[in-house]
Amino acid sequence: MPDSLTLNKITAQKGMSISDATRRVADLGWTPSYVQEAMTFPTDYKIKKTPRDPMKQVLRSYFPMQEEKDNRVYGALDAALRGDMFRNVQPRWVEWMKLFLAIIPFPEISAARSMAMVGRLAPGEELRTGFAMQMVDEFRHSTIQMNLKKWYMENYIDPAGFDITEAAFGKCYASTIGRQFAEGFVTGDAITSANIYLTVVAETAFTNTLFVAMPSEAARNGDYALPTVFLSVQSDESRHIGNGHSLLMSLINDPDNHLLLERDIKYAFWQNHAIVDAAIGTFVEYGTTDRNKNKESYAELWHRWIYEDYYRTYMLPLEKYGIKIHHDDVAAAWDRIVKKNYVHKTAQFFSVGWSVNFWRIEAQTERDFEWFEHKYPGWYAEFGNYWKWYEKLSHKGETQVLFNADVGYVYPHRCWSCMVPCLIREDFTYDEVDGQTYTYCSETCRWTHKVAFAAEYEGRPTPAMGRFSGRREWETCYDGWDIADAITDLGFVRNDGKTLVPQPHLHFDDSKMWTLDDVRGHQLGSPLLNFRSLSAEGKAAAAAEYRKGFVINPLN
Amino acid sequence: MSVTETPSPQKSGAAGSATFAGSDSRKYNYFEPKGRKASHYEDMTVDVQPDPERYLLQDWIISFADGTPTYDKTWTALKSSNWHQFRAVDQEWERTHYQRQSTIVGMISNLIENGRRSGAPKRFDRAWVKVLSDHLGAYKHAEFGLGTATMQAQRYGYTQMINNAILTNSSYKLRFSQDLTLYLGELALDIEGIDLDAGKQHWLEDPIWQGTRHATEAVMGATDYLEQYFATNIVFEPLVGELFRSGFVMQMAAAQNDFMTPAVVAAAEGDYERNLANAVELFHILVLDPDHGDSNRAILVQWMHKHGSLALDAAHHLQPIWSQPRVKVAQFADALDLAKNRVRAIAAEIGFDVRATLDQ
Ligand SMILES: [Fe+2]
Ligand SMILES: [Fe+2]
Ligand SMILES: [Zn+2]
Repeated sequence: MPDSLTLNKITAQKGMSISDATRRVADLGWTPSYVQEAMTFPTDYKIKKTPRDPMKQVLRSYFPMQEEKDNRVYGALDAALRGDMFRNVQPRWVEWMKLFLAIIPFPEISAARSMAMVGRLAPGEELRTGFAMQMVDEFRHSTIQMNLKKWYMENYIDPAGFDITEAAFGKCYASTIGRQFAEGFVTGDAITSANIYLTVVAETAFTNTLFVAMPSEAARNGDYALPTVFLSVQSDESRHIGNGHSLLMSLINDPDNHLLLERDIKYAFWQNHAIVDAAIGTFVEYGTTDRNKNKESYAELWHRWIYEDYYRTYMLPLEKYGIKIHHDDVAAAWDRIVKKNYVHKTAQFFSVGWSVNFWRIEAQTERDFEWFEHKYPGWYAEFGNYWKWYEKLSHKGETQVLFNADVGYVYPHRCWSCMVPCLIREDFTYDEVDGQTYTYCSETCRWTHKVAFAAEYEGRPTPAMGRFSGRREWETCYDGWDIADAITDLGFVRNDGKTLVPQPHLHFDDSKMWTLDDVRGHQLGSPLLNFRSLSAEGKAAAAAEYRKGFVINPLN
Repeated sequence: MSVTETPSPQKSGAAGSATFAGSDSRKYNYFEPKGRKASHYEDMTVDVQPDPERYLLQDWIISFADGTPTYDKTWTALKSSNWHQFRAVDQEWERTHYQRQSTIVGMISNLIENGRRSGAPKRFDRAWVKVLSDHLGAYKHAEFGLGTATMQAQRYGYTQMINNAILTNSSYKLRFSQDLTLYLGELALDIEGIDLDAGKQHWLEDPIWQGTRHATEAVMGATDYLEQYFATNIVFEPLVGELFRSGFVMQMAAAQNDFMTPAVVAAAEGDYERNLANAVELFHILVLDPDHGDSNRAILVQWMHKHGSLALDAAHHLQPIWSQPRVKVAQFADALDLAKNRVRAIAAEIGFDVRATLDQ
């Protein structure tokens, strides 16, 4: 048989080309004439109806492609169990997954919801098709992550904390930052939230840290499941980034949009930094047992992904369209990470508050100290004593670190904007909005609340912009409560009715595990309510004192 | 500082390697399952969208400019004493969704490939080819319109269960509109007489299709997300969608020597069975609501009247299509009777009265 006469040649038939197919699919839309389309979520932006072609894909190839990805994920989870992954996994790492996986499914599904908002505004049907696929992708991400979490709960030594996951998500002080993220995708100005905050910043800049740095660190700790799921999730992101960029390009040519774009890129970048770097930085640096000095630190990863890949190759080129990029904020965020120890202070705060967490945090030890000092010179002088205290006070019967006056830690104010506490003390600030006092971690967070989330911006009315709402300072909810009652109300008690879900160690042994009785007798308080009760001079004095910071006492 | 290895207190991180308080708590324990034990779908879905009335301690933390929070009960006129009761009958989460969608597109692709290989499209009756080109080509836009309406609606629901059911509904409709588009495009590679622009032209201009376009735009333009979901599944699908798909295409095709089109269109009937089951379950719960059942029922009757009138008008406009195939094996009047009976049966299951709309 001659080479050319193969079965394939005989049976192959001409199909539609992919560009024909996408062109035909894009022609499904029309402009309604009998009834106008439903009220869209509002925006103050002007969107030009000039389609800018995004990626070319139709659902006929999309669904099998995604199913195939799924098959690989679920096959790998089965293989991990057959290979007895949990015998060798590091509990220090998996404990942090109780927080991470409590946070992430809601932002994911919020991204799906936000596709309704940009879908209605999309200039051109090809882009709308792109948003429709993204909607289904995000549904994938949310439920595949719920599945992973259930899998940990079923197979990891300590399921407590996974078992209450979505309830804990709604109540925990740390998961508020995830809710700020998620609500930021779907509430307020549709372009601000669903395009700039979600795609142009969160997906384009920060998903690498979320979905690539986390998996690498997981693998170093014997967890092969998280990489399988999250690298699969990440593989969808390039399409999302393409969608967002297309929409951005349909906005950026209109100079009327520039002021709002500058506002939103500034707000979104800073808040993504504050939220993502606090959380992911802590997971990667403090949730690991791998102290190989050759691996990149979170700061090094940040420099590569956020500074080089995002700031230099994505944001800077936007300047040629005439919008101002906030170089200072990028530099300030970098300084917060490398000079002001933002991640280390966040990890310290999480551990101070361990008894109102729903996961375990064990002490950092000498081995960890050496790595931190190598990667972040000066670390030991600032945090060494603290972690020694933490270890000492991790034993049942001690006075927990949060209320132990011997330690010297000063409980922080919370930032009304990013919801992370005001940990870099010297940057603490406060202001009045609509006659009420609020506290902030930084000048840019102050600006975000007071200037960006308002009814007008630099003299221009912004009726579509959202507002901060709710009981944003978590501590307000338990002001004056005994901590044992607060923990009970939070639901962070194990099924024996007394042992805490969180523990300051990794002992899986009832005799060493703290109970409600071990923490009872201390009151929680709201720094904000306290601060508000002061006179103007009192506030200024308190702020000056706060900005001085604190020193951890040496351990004798 | 010196490097001292601190031995890990525990040798294995595997379930069962130690017994202590909570070590046996291996189920999500924060919601009431519908059955005796939680389904995997419930575990993937329930409470992922939080609610200040359940666990959202700090309330919604961003609002729209007018103070409306991130999710709000007033986004539908229907009321519920427990929005969290609803579970999707089809129990979809990502894995089942992709498996099903992928199976369907695989089935359709094979069918088209095999049909073309055997030369089937060339044996289609000539008049029928024009019917497919003009009318199946027009109809695909209705499917797309409902897909975008439900894509919009899935932002507004008060729970994850409701929004995800509407989201998968949208995914099915959008896929089917693309199935039809690509199917016609592939037929056009093999046979003369398929004009790929004709469908949209008929959709926009042909009087036969203007009622359907009006009814579709009314769903797209509704501002109440449950009205959109209701109008899609309880009104438009049985009175126009099934009428055209089953009552016309599936009935007529074989007699025109077309065995391919019914198989492509059958996928939509399968999709609809699932979307219908989800929608009936939701509206049934709302009609039975102890506090709001009566007012909900009254609203459904209103929505049925608004969208049902448009859909009936659309159906009547479609009538001339039944006489266009050369071999006439189905009657419009029979198909419409079936469609009306279908709506009566659906409404009876939900628990509201459709006489005011259907028997006018
Ligand atoms: Fe995602
Ligand atoms: Fe995404
Ligand atoms: Zn802040």
